[in-house]
Amino acid sequence: MKYESIKFLIPLIAVCLSCGADWPQFRGPLTNNVAISETPPAKVDQENIAWTAELEGRGASGPIVVGDKVFITSTTGFKQDQLHVLCFDANSGKRLWERQFWATGRTQCHKKMSVATPTPASDGKRVFATFSSNDVVCLDLDGNLLWIRGLSHDYPNASNSLGMASSPIVVGETLIVPVENDDDSFTTGLDVKTGIARWKINRPRVANWTSPAILQSSPNAEPVVLLQSSEGVDGIYPETGETAWQYEQGAGRIPSTTVGDNILYVPSNGLTALSPGSSSDPPKVLWKEQKLSPGTASPLVYQNNVFTVNRAGVLNCANPQTGDLVWRLRLKGPFSATPIAAANHLYLVNEKGLLQVVQLGTDKGEVTGDIDLKETILATPAIANNSLFIRSDKHLWKISSK
Amino acid sequence: MKRSSFLFCLMFLFSSLMTVWGADDIEQQITQIKQVQKEGQGNLTASQAVQKLSKSNASALIPILSGFKDANPIAVNWLRGAFEAIAANAIKQKTLPTQKLEKFIQDKSQNPRARRLAYETLIKVDPQAADRIIPGMLNDASVTLRRDAVQRLIDEAKSLEKAGKKNQAKKVYQQALTGATDSDQVKAIVKPLRALGDKIDLQKHFGFLSDWMIVGPFDNRDKKGYDTVYSPEDKIDFSSTLEGKEGKVKWKSVNTEDDYGIFDIAKSISPYKGAVMYCVADFYSPQEQSLEIRLGTPNAWKIWVNGKLLFARNEYHRGMVVDQYSVPVKFKPGKNVILLKLCQNEQTDSWAQRYQFQLRIARPSGIGVLSQKAEATTQLSP
Repeated sequence: MKYESIKFLIPLIAVCLSCGADWPQFRGPLTNNVAISETPPAKVDQENIAWTAELEGRGASGPIVVGDKVFITSTTGFKQDQLHVLCFDANSGKRLWERQFWATGRTQCHKKMSVATPTPASDGKRVFATFSSNDVVCLDLDGNLLWIRGLSHDYPNASNSLGMASSPIVVGETLIVPVENDDDSFTTGLDVKTGIARWKINRPRVANWTSPAILQSSPNAEPVVLLQSSEGVDGIYPETGETAWQYEQGAGRIPSTTVGDNILYVPSNGLTALSPGSSSDPPKVLWKEQKLSPGTASPLVYQNNVFTVNRAGVLNCANPQTGDLVWRLRLKGPFSATPIAAANHLYLVNEKGLLQVVQLGTDKGEVTGDIDLKETILATPAIANNSLFIRSDKHLWKISSK
Repeated sequence: MKRSSFLFCLMFLFSSLMTVWGADDIEQQITQIKQVQKEGQGNLTASQAVQKLSKSNASALIPILSGFKDANPIAVNWLRGAFEAIAANAIKQKTLPTQKLEKFIQDKSQNPRARRLAYETLIKVDPQAADRIIPGMLNDASVTLRRDAVQRLIDEAKSLEKAGKKNQAKKVYQQALTGATDSDQVKAIVKPLRALGDKIDLQKHFGFLSDWMIVGPFDNRDKKGYDTVYSPEDKIDFSSTLEGKEGKVKWKSVNTEDDYGIFDIAKSISPYKGAVMYCVADFYSPQEQSLEIRLGTPNAWKIWVNGKLLFARNEYHRGMVVDQYSVPVKFKPGKNVILLKLCQNEQTDSWAQRYQFQLRIARPSGIGVLSQKAEATTQLSP
């Protein structure tokens, strides 16, 4: 392995190790929707609600968990131009601190969306919060401001009148922030310590609400960040922004690519499975399956199966090597939040606030419990502390074993 | 002098010097933070300064708020970060300088956002302060303080209306309207006011330009017209006949009576597809002034003022709302010519058929500004 590769890998491993059982960004530590060693309750009812914290304003961003702290974002104001970053005690639900900033970019978005749609990210020492206004805030875990950027302030045509939704991810010392839209479209890699751009690359000029994923094809391989757009998927090196390879057969602009067992599952032509080659070779198409086309929620790979939820609220379970359907289960939808997995169960929360827990079997899935939280929920939950953390506009809940 | 008195004087001198040094240090850090510029320039220095500043005691709060003056929007956020960290500690330690904060809020020479931040901090420890402060903010430069003042009047008017006191309610609604610029509040006022018999010129209230000269269509097939320079971009001559997409075209005078100044090209002229239209309006300013052009449109657009390109946006059919785009502009005294290029694409989806715009002139606070010449062609009434 080249020195450059080793140099890069060390911080990534360090971040993963420091995350431990944390849920430090959208879709978890490995951006694949799966908790590594956590065991949230397998059967849930109202008695599993450990605590409820009140929120104000709007927010479709998911919570993240670092140690004993839960971080979320929200917005207030008629124009959603007051940007909030909040921190709660994971054990008690007590609000530990809150910081506010003013949007410096446009805050117009679709009424279903929120300016606080991107889920924050953390490297274990810092919290990075981004908003639809393309403001990027970096705080330490105690709420002290480390730096702030206004990407639409810098590039005034970087915006989307329906709202920006892509969540940032941290890889090593780089925060990857997608700002992909119909006009000044780009993705940038910011130095986590200063907020100054390490790189900025032009991206297809089409509105894009997908979030990046990380491909670590082997323990020794250089990680590649997957940027999805209507044109396909680009693998880029997170430290330089240089392109490693491109898949150019088109892809969706809402559900995001998921990596599982070293295969990419791309919302493209239904669902397309790609097998990555070496770090610079383009991946090969393993299969394409229209029947597995995901709705808004991203695909999930767990326990040797690939799962998608379609627009009708049907959970599809398929063979990840062939795309053949194994079983289907009709759930109560619709879903905006991506399903997450732990301890042989899937956790799915629909837009009406109904959390459904699905126990996985070899030939079928079975709903083992649900909780009706009775509020609109669009955000993907987090799993940490053997619990689920779920947010609506009005509340943040911790769901634990009794 | 007794030894104890000497020691006391020494201590007083020392503490005074510490205060001076501390104040200087705070000012220095604020100055460093205000050096932050676009693309992260100055971040490193500002980051060190904000971390130092955040550890200050409550005496730094007012200097930080005062520092908002002349700070760019990014620096304002940096300052807010330090302010909130200090204020959170001061609230815990019960050292928040409430009287100084209230005095700062009332000082209208200060930055409107700084005053709002002072207000939000104050009411955390003194919720009754809202009753003292907000009623006087109806025409304030702070958008949000003004919004709160308007809301109180709307609530009061509703109560009066409910109690059958229609004349009193009408007066309160009329008062509320003088400060209202957010469309939800304006709607909440205008609907009952009109029901109570009031005639309201909303175009005038918002400062919408309603009378335009328009010419087109020019070719925008494959969206190529956005970057194509057609004749009106070189010279505006209302008497000229131009070569358009579908033959010869001439300038014509159009206007809208829509409350929110929406001029619907698709409905009033033609539902052109793959087309460019040019629209011209004049704005008369009594003096040089910095204002904002506020545009709403679902179509791609470019705007020139007095022949200079102000902003351009190549986005189609992602929605349209009042004040969708706010573009800063410096008007010269007298006549200013606004040229709008509006591009429609060729999408066939039902939701992609809108070809329209609404444009108003406003202060940064959102208050509408009217053209100042009685014979101006751009307002319904002088």
